[in-house]
Amino acid sequence: MNSMISFFKSSLGKKYLMAVTGILLFLFLIGHLIGNLQIFGPPELINQYAHFLHSKPLLVWGARLGLLLIVGIHISTAAQLTRENRQARPVAYAVPPVYGSSWQSRYMLVSGLVILAFIVYHLAHFTALLPGINGVGDFRRLETTLPGGEKGRDVYAMVVLGFQVWWVALFYLVAQGLLFVHLGHGLASMFQSLGFRNHVWAPRIAWFARGASTALLIGYAAIPAAIYLRLIGASHAEKAKHQLAVSPAGPRMFSIQTALSPLEADLSAETGKEAAK
Amino acid sequence: MKVTLKVWRQKNRHTPGHFASYQTPQLNPNMSFLEMLDVVNEDLASRGEEPIAFDHDCREGICGTCSLVINGKPHGPHRGVATCQTYLRSFKDGDEIIVEPFRARAFPLVKDLVVDRQAFDRIQHAGGFITVRTGSPPDANAIPVPKESADLAMDAAQCIGCGACVAACKNASAMLFVAAKVSHLGLLPQGQPERYRRVQAMVKQMDAEGFGACTVTGSCEAVCPKEITLDFIARMNRDYGVALLRGAPKKIAGGGA
Amino acid sequence: MATLNSNVPVGPLAQKWEKHKFSNKLINPANKRKYKIIVVGAGLAGSSAAASLAELGYEVHNFVFHDSPRRAHSVAAQGGINAAKNYQNDNDSVYRLFYDTIKGGDFRSREANVYRLAEVSANIIDQCVAQGVPFAREYGGLLDNRSFGGAQVSRTFYARGQTGQQLLLGAYSALCRNIANGGVKSYTHSEMLDLVVVDGHAKGIIVRNLQSGEISRHNADAVVLATGGYGNVFNLSTYARGSNATAIWRAYKRGACFGNPCYTQIHPTCIPVSGDYQSKLTLMSESLRNDGRIWVPKKKEDCRRNPAEIPEADRDYYLERLYGAFGNLAPRDIASRAAKTVCDEGRGVGETGLGVYLDFSDAIQRLGEGKIRERYGNLFAMYHEITNEDAYRTPMRIYPAVHYTMGGLWVDYNLMSNLPGLFVLGEANFSDHGANRLGASALMQGLADGYFVLPATISGYLATQKPDKRPGTDHDSFQQAEENVQGVTRRLLGNKGTRTPASFHKQLGKLLWEHCGMARNKAGLEKGIQLIGELRADYWKNVKVAGEAGEWNQSLELAGRVADFLELGELLCRDALHREESCGGHFREEYQYTKNDAEVQQGLVNPGDVKRRDDQFAYVAAWEYAGEGKPPVLNKEPLVYEEVKMSTRSYK
Repeated sequence: MNSMISFFKSSLGKKYLMAVTGILLFLFLIGHLIGNLQIFGPPELINQYAHFLHSKPLLVWGARLGLLLIVGIHISTAAQLTRENRQARPVAYAVPPVYGSSWQSRYMLVSGLVILAFIVYHLAHFTALLPGINGVGDFRRLETTLPGGEKGRDVYAMVVLGFQVWWVALFYLVAQGLLFVHLGHGLASMFQSLGFRNHVWAPRIAWFARGASTALLIGYAAIPAAIYLRLIGASHAEKAKHQLAVSPAGPRMFSIQTALSPLEADLSAETGKEAAK
Repeated sequence: MKVTLKVWRQKNRHTPGHFASYQTPQLNPNMSFLEMLDVVNEDLASRGEEPIAFDHDCREGICGTCSLVINGKPHGPHRGVATCQTYLRSFKDGDEIIVEPFRARAFPLVKDLVVDRQAFDRIQHAGGFITVRTGSPPDANAIPVPKESADLAMDAAQCIGCGACVAACKNASAMLFVAAKVSHLGLLPQGQPERYRRVQAMVKQMDAEGFGACTVTGSCEAVCPKEITLDFIARMNRDYGVALLRGAPKKIAGGGA
Repeated sequence: MATLNSNVPVGPLAQKWEKHKFSNKLINPANKRKYKIIVVGAGLAGSSAAASLAELGYEVHNFVFHDSPRRAHSVAAQGGINAAKNYQNDNDSVYRLFYDTIKGGDFRSREANVYRLAEVSANIIDQCVAQGVPFAREYGGLLDNRSFGGAQVSRTFYARGQTGQQLLLGAYSALCRNIANGGVKSYTHSEMLDLVVVDGHAKGIIVRNLQSGEISRHNADAVVLATGGYGNVFNLSTYARGSNATAIWRAYKRGACFGNPCYTQIHPTCIPVSGDYQSKLTLMSESLRNDGRIWVPKKKEDCRRNPAEIPEADRDYYLERLYGAFGNLAPRDIASRAAKTVCDEGRGVGETGLGVYLDFSDAIQRLGEGKIRERYGNLFAMYHEITNEDAYRTPMRIYPAVHYTMGGLWVDYNLMSNLPGLFVLGEANFSDHGANRLGASALMQGLADGYFVLPATISGYLATQKPDKRPGTDHDSFQQAEENVQGVTRRLLGNKGTRTPASFHKQLGKLLWEHCGMARNKAGLEKGIQLIGELRADYWKNVKVAGEAGEWNQSLELAGRVADFLELGELLCRDALHREESCGGHFREEYQYTKNDAEVQQGLVNPGDVKRRDDQFAYVAAWEYAGEGKPPVLNKEPLVYEEVKMSTRSYK
């Protein structure tokens, strides 16, 4: 056990933690994207998917807590490393260095922090369904009848209405762009940190990192872009919009506390459930 | 040609430093960068000013003594050479050249452009060796070493311990240096018995010296005068991970007579 | 007069070392840690000695002026290290390596020492391989060898172009291990400035910490100097800028004899001087001579022409012309002198007229550029860096430069000087190379001394000393030595002159190169001695040293070293003047073969080759300091050859 602790206290051990948590988050991003791409199908597809997830609270909560832990380790380790790295050079150079390193590698902290801010917003936006931050209205009022006859959240409408707001779409695109930057370096260096790299694999890993980060960028950015350009869902959203005006839930709409109550948030969150990335 | 030098001057580590500007005497483009400093120093000394302190020795790129960050780049503008192998023809007449010492907490400043790199030695003391007493080895050809391993070990062994990797890294990390040392011995059959003990001990000392961690930016390999690559860092990371999985060696109970 | 006893053991040559080791006294293991040994220097000889002595159980203190023990100039040796392994089955043997070394040294080295060197050479390779030195290997995983420096067998082991650095890293790693386990205490940035002699025995040193300027005293039961050669007395050389003779010079002034100072080696393949600012000369591996052909134009008028335009018929491949069998691979001293001769004739090439061509066009045509690039790519790149010329297209220009000093402090078979308790290893001693050193033998000697010879011989002296009874640092001799050091420092810093130490060093170098360089004569040497004396007087009048004593002060460091060079330079000239013969690296113009000599007529040698005078000069000249302003005393150790017969060194 002692050797484990001293391992993860060392600079190399911390890089292992960054890499392992990074890989898990990368896998989550792939799963999350596959779920989200259902937005390009008919509205029932994603609504049913969301309903299915919410019928399994244990699974969803397990995933959420797991992700929270992973993100927590990723961020706190990054913070420790950053502090140590800064202490390692107390006096800065007069001429900033201009060579060698890929530019992505120099912006890991900045891209990481913006992504963190984005995650918070994304959770509030589609998981907690906080009204007032989405520029549209109270998403909790959006309901639909699922093919089975049950009532459920109209996640499809929520997403479409959400991304029709220009600044929301723009913020998502910016965050996704920075995620691309973050992954462009991170995906390659996690192999390095874990020791899986040599002169044969180095170029292959570089290609993989470039390919995978680009694929994720295209996949994720396609959603807000397509919606904002009114390529999908415009007519469905138009129909759903009237629900925002009438309030079947009555006074609940103003109770933020209720909105944040875990169970409530759980039941209402559809696409956003694994929003942490 | 003539250039303007903007040089870091600092009497010792307890007094603050500053940049000072010097207009050089007439120079020859075939001079090495250090010969240019010699000329400037002779000029300063003849005018009663104190010469600029800078480290140097072999002046042929092999001893690792010379340092200097020239216009933001350790060992100057060219790849694969040390400062002593940098020539003035790489600069233009009238250029302003900014010269700074290697900056890292683990390399305390001695004077002007001279820093103390004994942290590297202490890392080596921790485990940069194969335990073999003088006189005890078998015949040199008793253990065949695959040519590929020997060549790769030689790639790593070329490290001259100059510290440019630390100077270049935005985290002042010594990973490239330590990785080169760990890999050199870890690649050879002779180095196997102590392979995992070595990597743990050297990494521990590296951290204790106050170097930063690796962010895989690749600045180190870009300035390494011997062009040692990041691949060796991966190799060290791998060995370090394996060392964890292997766990601490079993304690041997009791002692013999 | 000093008493010089070589202490060469009696008996057949091949058994001397075995017998000597047996008859040498041992120290009880429990007593070993009670003996403290100071090792100054951490090059190949110093590191290997410090590590090996610590392994035996002695308390070792190691001092280097560098910031790290791994930076000594041993790192710069490119070519390789010789060893009589006979892995190539090409008829090599201990005896052949011994004979080649004796003959290469022009029969001016001590036979028993050389034999021992050849004997232990094989162990060095074993030791280094076990330490992880990545020597070049063949596909089967076994060690590769090459022929080097004109040897007719392949006995040279190498690690790319970095053999010296790799061997030093091996010795340094052994040193590190012993520092870590407490066997060696390491003092870096610590320069030895004086030797302390108590009752005729070396018992300590005075050291200046280069970072703080602090002067400290260190006592010991024995002092080992492994501080390298004195070639920087010439200012321009292939030595590191920091290489200096201060340690051995201070030892000389404390009574240790200086052996054969005039034996200096000039390396034939260096990049020519390009201007007055030049701080050092860069050597390119001699292996270039395996494929390059050396030539100059036959006609003076062609010297400034583009070499490509000079027709084959107008080129003089002078080494091939003069030394048929060896041709471009003729030994260093011969190749160097031949270059000087053609340049003196006005046929030198390049800006300064001091250069000859080393041409690869034939080899490129024969083997293809790819093959040449594979063999010498790094050297061609280095040449390009320095000269901005592409040697694949136009021939390289080379010129000889000071490279190694065979002379050094006199030592006996035990590597102990005439001062009891003072041991001298590696290039700092005079012992094994005679008047000329063969390629790839310096590394061999440094490591042989440090790993195998000293650890075996030092017990013989220590056994005569009571354990734990070394004099304390409060002894008068320490007091006096420290005052001496402080006095020199005060005098240098207090001088109200106008010239920098570096400018004097440059002047001394030029003067020596001119009067005591590759070719020497009586008139020139006498003139040299006079001029050096004048320069020395001028130095103490006009030198100006910047900075203070209690801080990092490179001007002060250099000033002290130059002061010693100014004295050593004179001794070098005196030795060269007294040695009225030519041998190896020492060439007296008065003593050379002419066409009237029988040897020339028999075809053994060429006119202009060195002419030894065995009847009068078959001895080691060991100079003894006689005091300020007095001429040094010459002691002679006759060279007795029991096994080989002195013969004319013929490379035709």
